[in-house]
Amino acid sequence: MGAHGAGGGHEEPGDEPPAGFVGCDETIERLYAYLDGELTDQRRIEIQRHLDLCGPCVSAVGFETELRRVVANRCKERVPDTLVARVAEALQAERGNVPG
Amino acid sequence: MADQAQFTDLAMEYMPALYTAALRMTRNVADAEDLVQETYLKAYRAFGSFEEGTNLKAWLYRILTNTYINIYRAKKRRPEVADVEDVEELYLYHRLADRTPTAGRSAEEEALERFTDEDVKAAVESLPEAFRLAVLLADVEGFSYKEIAEITDVPIGTVMSRIHRGRKALQKALVDRGSTRGLVTVSDGAR
Repeated sequence: MGAHGAGGGHEEPGDEPPAGFVGCDETIERLYAYLDGELTDQRRIEIQRHLDLCGPCVSAVGFETELRRVVANRCKERVPDTLVARVAEALQAERGNVPG
Repeated sequence: MADQAQFTDLAMEYMPALYTAALRMTRNVADAEDLVQETYLKAYRAFGSFEEGTNLKAWLYRILTNTYINIYRAKKRRPEVADVEDVEELYLYHRLADRTPTAGRSAEEEALERFTDEDVKAAVESLPEAFRLAVLLADVEGFSYKEIAEITDVPIGTVMSRIHRGRKALQKALVDRGSTRGLVTVSDGAR
């Protein structure tokens, strides 16, 4: 099964990318490292070159980016005022314990 | 060498981020508040050893992580493992229902918006501890692999593996939650 699922891919079987180019499977495999900015320049350029030509992979990249944004936003918490006060008080007490 | 007098000015702004992580790790408000307070006290006492100009947020997270492990890990002996062997890449993407694209945004991106805060928080909290922490540090706080390796004191290869497996497990958890509300289709996933 290709990177985009059965029938969803656009690469024909046996349609190997030329040397120096990467295909859908490799792009999806390296998707996280790509989005995390953790690829070497060479690898990043190869993936970008693939994305310039591949709509389905661009959609997948867009989705994973959006998912990350949604997860980050929905996990954020507001700190209770009581906690801010509690920590400030604890630090104040700690300061009082240590001379200087 | 950092001056303790500066600690409050420099460190308090990170409390929302630390509290978010604390709450997702401990899974309850009382423990999260205790963990944050303990982290600030330890950080204050150790602030003399903080190298100025280095990453204060990462340093605070390291203390939070170690404190969490020392206090809460002791409660359970057996490390959990995320079983993601059968979870393929783009697991959630391939399962989102209502795939008719509308102008501007993809149908999948719109479908994501239907997950509530509670859905996402519960999915994150369902992850095994090590994977949960790696995903929080990477995806919620935006730390690099190298920073996460330093914060959690594991090799960078382990960090990559935990993030990758953690994200897959998170997608699986979202699919499981979403399927009960008709947000995702749970056929074999392939179109």
